[in-house]
Amino acid sequence: MGGWAIAVHGGAGVDPNLPKERQEEAKQLLTRCLNLGISALRSSLPAIHVVELVVRELESDPLFNSGCGSALTEKGTVEMEASIMDGPGRRCGAVSGVTTVKNPISLARLVMEKSPHSYLAFSGAEEFAKQQGVEMVDNDYFITEDNVGMLKLAKEANSILFDYRIPIIGSDSCSAAVENPIQMNGLPISIYAPETVGCVVVDGQGRCAAATSTGGLMNKKVGRIGDSPLIGAGTYACDLCGVSCTGEGEAIIRGTLARDVAAVMEYKGLGLQEAVDFVIDKRLDGGKAGLIAVSGTGEVAYGFNSVGMFRGCATEDGFMEVGIWE
Amino acid sequence: MGWAIALHGGAGDIPRSMPSERRELREAALRHCLHIGVEAIKANRSPLDVAELIVRELEDNPHFNAGKGSVLTSNGTVEMEASIMDGNTMKCGAVSGLTTVKNAISLARLVMDKTPHIYLAFDGAEAFAREQGVETADSSHFITPENIERLKQAKETNTVQIDYTQRVEVKDASLPVPNENGDSQIGTVGCVAVDSHGNLAAATSTGGLVNKMVGRIGDTPVIGAGTYANSYCAVSATGKGEAIIRTTVARDVAALMEFKGLSLEEAAKHVIEERAPKFTAGLVAVSASGEVAMPFNTTGMFRACATEDGYTEVGIWPNKTWDGEV
Repeated sequence: MGGWAIAVHGGAGVDPNLPKERQEEAKQLLTRCLNLGISALRSSLPAIHVVELVVRELESDPLFNSGCGSALTEKGTVEMEASIMDGPGRRCGAVSGVTTVKNPISLARLVMEKSPHSYLAFSGAEEFAKQQGVEMVDNDYFITEDNVGMLKLAKEANSILFDYRIPIIGSDSCSAAVENPIQMNGLPISIYAPETVGCVVVDGQGRCAAATSTGGLMNKKVGRIGDSPLIGAGTYACDLCGVSCTGEGEAIIRGTLARDVAAVMEYKGLGLQEAVDFVIDKRLDGGKAGLIAVSGTGEVAYGFNSVGMFRGCATEDGFMEVGIWE
Repeated sequence: MGWAIALHGGAGDIPRSMPSERRELREAALRHCLHIGVEAIKANRSPLDVAELIVRELEDNPHFNAGKGSVLTSNGTVEMEASIMDGNTMKCGAVSGLTTVKNAISLARLVMDKTPHIYLAFDGAEAFAREQGVETADSSHFITPENIERLKQAKETNTVQIDYTQRVEVKDASLPVPNENGDSQIGTVGCVAVDSHGNLAAATSTGGLVNKMVGRIGDTPVIGAGTYANSYCAVSATGKGEAIIRTTVARDVAALMEFKGLSLEEAAKHVIEERAPKFTAGLVAVSASGEVAMPFNTTGMFRACATEDGYTEVGIWPNKTWDGEV
């Protein structure tokens, strides 16, 4: 048995022209979250606690697309979703269509621990949140100036956009997009930067856990559900590994990406990094996505076929890395 | 090689004491649906169309828990969900939280065909249904007297959904006996089909669980859990949703064929006997070469299948005429 390991992500698909100071902000946040997780692991907290703790921190910071700072629906509202899974016993919880819950990942945890179900959505999820007494805020709390501007741009372009954090410079950004040939989901990368957040952890006792949280797509239809709350797609954990995915949600759902990392380890006998490389290479069918993973034996791995992924990872033996590009 | 169709009307603790007229009613419905499917596939309709067609029939039949005849939430309302997947393209569509759409499966098909998304839920899904002009009905169409009685019984013994351990004495033996978790497990309808060219499709639809929390999502709309199709096989699962989600039942049948080289029969059997907890799940599956598997680890499963070489079966409980070979 190896020691503990942790990885975090803030989304796959990054504009190559993302200003340096934004890149630095993202790296600082990832580093802060890693350190938070590392301290928790050193205090012997179980993996399931650590992934929740780290994702809460990512949700509470407005930088990435989850919790405060979530992308907006076509109606200008926020509808968040999240899921969490505990490797031992493969217990899981998920929520969608959450509009006033400050930390959706903690509500997903409560669905897992306190309800007879594993997935609650929309008014039923909100009702459950009230019953459980979790922290609630107005929908406005989640809405940032940046995202209001992004939604306006998205509506002008009449397209569905992922959230992104590039300063809005009016029509200039559109012309920049045209010059930039890199696309994801048929959209120029400069107006597409999926910044779903996630965390995977294996603790010192070899227990794996995974958690993923998102605001979804900019200008999405009200009621749209992506891969993040779907067990096996955006999130999966078992005895072998824990996985959190990010990117083009529809490709991740079709590829059952998170489960497939575990499935090729289990059924094909691949190692963790081999499994990650295999699913990124074979299971995305042209879609752009990335994922982070840990194994029950204390390894950590990530992979992406998008331009960049905000990620960080660390292991008990002192290895630590925070990066955006390949 | 050859076409094959398999369908189900739910797996669960189906009492063998079910009065014969009740049993025959359901067997007749299964035969009727099978017949419609066989005619359609002989007329060269695509497996995707055939799966949708058969599930529509099952939804319209009040004796199965989907569409008309859906079981009720703790508020006495219906919240239906469904998903569909095409094995060739891996395209898929899903819906949850429908309250007025007559055929949930057809709305899932429209999400797949007409939106950039895979999964729409609750108000957003209802709004999309209006946009698309699908047939809707008010709640009296879906709610049957039998299901009002089921909810009443569930509430009497289990008013608050915390103690799921009590068993319920059911006066009418045709009503499902809740299991130790208090769930009516006779729920969900589904169909899988393959044509003589090996094109595969799967579709699943449900009203969910009796006395479920408002907003609860089960395995049925989750790609990889309740429904999955690729170039190897098509699978529709039924049973206790929470168990099926964490076991990624439908995807795992395909993954075992793809990654471990198992036959359809072996893969389906492994998932139901070795991976899904006892008394929780059943599935119907067809392979690209026209094999059929219909295993379950519950007392029974309403099921039927037909293959091009003339094999036909309609069954509820395990019986000797069915050994998995076609």
